[in-house]
Amino acid sequence: MTRRALDVSGLPSYAFSHRSLMWWGTFGLIAIEGTLFALAIGTYLYLRSQSDAWPIGAPPPDLLWGTANTLVLLLSIWPNQKAKWAAEACDLVRTRRWLLVGLAFALIFLVLRCFEFASLHTRWDSNAYGSIVWTLLGLHTVHLLTDTYDTAVLGVLLFTGPMEGQRFVDVSENALYWYFVVFSWLPIYAVIYGVPRLQ
Amino acid sequence: MQHAMNPPGHAPASRLKDGPGPGSPEAAALDATWSDPPGLLGWLAAVNHKTIARRFVITTFCFFVAGGALALLMRLQLARPGSKLVGPDLYNQLFTMHGSTMMFLFAVPVMQAVAVYLLPLMLGTRSIAFPRLNAFAYWIFLFGGVMLYVVFALDAGPDVGWFSYVPLAGPDYSPGKRADFWAQMITFTELSAMLEAIVVITTVFKLRAPGMTLNRIPLFVWAMLVTAFMVLFAMPSVMLASTTLIMDRLVGTHFYNPAEGGDVVLWQHLFWFFGHPEVYLIFLPGLGFLSAIIPTFARRPIYGYTAMVLSLIATAFLAFGLWVHHMFAVNLPELGKSFFTAASMLIAIPSAVQIFCWLATLWSGKLDFKTPLLFVLGFFFILVLGGMTGIMLASVPLDLQVHDSYFVVAHLHYVLIGGAVFPLFGAFYYWYPKVTGRLMSERLGRWNFWLFFIGFNVAFFPMHLLGLKGMPRRVYTYQAGLGWDTLNLVSTIGSLIIAVSALLFVVNAVRSLRRGAPAGADPWGAGTLEWATESPPPPCNFHAIPVVHGRDPLWEAPRARAEDEQPAFTHVSGLAADTRELLATTVLDARPDLRVNFPDPTIWPLVSALAVTVLFIGSIFTPWAVVWGSIPIAIALTAWFWPDRAETSVHLSLERKP
Ligand code: HEM
Ligand SMILES: [Cu+2]
Repeated sequence: MTRRALDVSGLPSYAFSHRSLMWWGTFGLIAIEGTLFALAIGTYLYLRSQSDAWPIGAPPPDLLWGTANTLVLLLSIWPNQKAKWAAEACDLVRTRRWLLVGLAFALIFLVLRCFEFASLHTRWDSNAYGSIVWTLLGLHTVHLLTDTYDTAVLGVLLFTGPMEGQRFVDVSENALYWYFVVFSWLPIYAVIYGVPRLQ
Repeated sequence: MQHAMNPPGHAPASRLKDGPGPGSPEAAALDATWSDPPGLLGWLAAVNHKTIARRFVITTFCFFVAGGALALLMRLQLARPGSKLVGPDLYNQLFTMHGSTMMFLFAVPVMQAVAVYLLPLMLGTRSIAFPRLNAFAYWIFLFGGVMLYVVFALDAGPDVGWFSYVPLAGPDYSPGKRADFWAQMITFTELSAMLEAIVVITTVFKLRAPGMTLNRIPLFVWAMLVTAFMVLFAMPSVMLASTTLIMDRLVGTHFYNPAEGGDVVLWQHLFWFFGHPEVYLIFLPGLGFLSAIIPTFARRPIYGYTAMVLSLIATAFLAFGLWVHHMFAVNLPELGKSFFTAASMLIAIPSAVQIFCWLATLWSGKLDFKTPLLFVLGFFFILVLGGMTGIMLASVPLDLQVHDSYFVVAHLHYVLIGGAVFPLFGAFYYWYPKVTGRLMSERLGRWNFWLFFIGFNVAFFPMHLLGLKGMPRRVYTYQAGLGWDTLNLVSTIGSLIIAVSALLFVVNAVRSLRRGAPAGADPWGAGTLEWATESPPPPCNFHAIPVVHGRDPLWEAPRARAEDEQPAFTHVSGLAADTRELLATTVLDARPDLRVNFPDPTIWPLVSALAVTVLFIGSIFTPWAVVWGSIPIAIALTAWFWPDRAETSVHLSLERKP
């Protein structure tokens, strides 16, 4: 029997975007978390529709810190995109630099987040309104915390090595996930701060 | 692991490459590379998808047996009126544990477990994507399931039903920790299911053999792919529900407390938004089994491949539109109910398309009535009945009439056992020789089938009548003289027959491990790729990755070669044999795309799963467990991802920029 072989030894050993397995893993995660956020927002709207007064027993949350945070998040797109480009160009020095800047943004955000919780004017155990507002904000914060930690670990790896091409793919996917954290915040922001102000 | 032979820095060309078939030094190197490490530690660190899948299937089967034993206890209690075998408290735990076990610890995970074994073999690759994540998902599942049974043994088992309706499951009506353990078990198993879904999707999209374009992948793989997508969108709903439930119980939130603006119907929406698709998560893989078994025993390719794929996808979409039909007894707007009634009836169409295609395949084929095919035929019979009662239940007036009666219990078992367990048993008989290298006994198999089929109908058909005669579900006993006595006794006898049949299966499976006839690579003469390699498959699945030219490669290979002017490629070569290197292909047309390096086995997925378990169980008792418990998880996950220097240097020696 003649066997003709398809020689694949010349193929690249890593690639970016949907060619990489990591991209698909991240995509799955985003689908799950995105659904979770959508359902949590749905829960908020559902509880509101079942209630005579909204917000229940509290003024709407103060706008200051939430809005400041939204701006920080939107600005953080810039270092992340820089890091993504640098990673996709396999430029280690610039990848390191922009990853650190992105990390700084995440840390600033987490500090502001504490003030945000304090300006909600309700507690998780006050009533159903308080419960869902805290849950929404809490869910988003957990994503930030984990992604920040993830970025930090990745940052350490970029400095300590050993450095392989796959690390650049990790940075690129990390940035993708960060965008998810940023863009999922916008509807949550609109719901937490906007809906209580609707008449 | 096997790096010793190649010092770091060697040029890629000098490494040992795969390609030559069994018996060659390259094949031996591949086997060594993809084996799990030896010893107890190696056992715990294993990541080979076949090892994990075997454990996973056995674990889910044990849960099936446990859930069945609980069912038998219930049936014995109900065999005659006024029985004192178990009291109301234990009975409540029995039906809750039975329903929860069957739905969360058996039916969905067993399908994923089978998929973890088969997918790489069917797709022609050496591993599932994210092997460590796969191992982690298994451990999480195991710990969650075991926790539930430990608390049950300690008489702290949940007792509020498998759908745990609030306010019954809330802090006021269910003090103690029973409902909390239920809620955490949900989180464990759903976490595991979602991770497996990611693993399945990535494997199917990126790791297919060259030439296996999207319209050539086996229908079972399609079924699992569609199921995996459904998991992504259905499971978060029940996670949200169970997490908010436990928060209501532990830290005083008010999601389900009407006194503080909460709402109990919210639970039902969140639960059934998951719970209805859940039925299809169980059903679709069952359909996939049928589509694998039928062509083999009809000896012809499946009829209407494209229609089959489209109706799988359509079923998945419709399944999400249906959850409200579980809530017809709730006060909802009438128009909404009509809409959901229509949607419930609509879903019969894609199922009908599938059934038509199978019948056409069977009709035009030469049938070989082996045990797997018997189970398939059993499926047809039972599902027609279950589907009919389903259409009955989808109409609002009738649903109100038989709501919460044994009619519903009968219907749901016809659908679940007919739609999933029969195909699953067919699948066990069908793939057993691939996994073990030996065939199961046909004679015992026939006994197994007929006892199951007869026992099933004896057990569950009378329940329809009981329901119509007004017997409510979830009662631990009933009075004599309501006209329910004989039917209940008959039903219990049927359950005993099922138990005997299940026992026969276990006997057959264990006996055939040693005494079964040797199977060879392709005992049934099937056409898909998993039959192209030895039985049981070598650690690396294929010594030479096949190149695919059609939907049933084993049937079509000669034709493909005759048609091409140039003899087509038959296999891949050029992947490293001494380290875990895989071929990734493009998503749509499966052209060779990348060589990817997979990580070696490690203990960290297990340690991480233990850390997660500590957090989840701790958080039943104190919210601080979430804070402190996340620290060991972070440490374990970091260790998991931390690159091993020796491993990295091997990867570097193979690296080539995009
Ligand atoms: C193998 C033989 C089985 C027997 C004899 C059996 C028997 C029963 C009985 C008697 C009940 C009603 C309990 C009551 O309402 O008082 C019940 C409930 C249930 N069964 Fe089964 N069952 C079997 C298999 C299965 C399987 C394979 C599944 C799922 C894949 C399943 C899923 C359920 C569910 C979800 C409930 C509802 C539990 C609840 O009301 O909380 N059963 N079963
Ligand atoms: Cu349903």
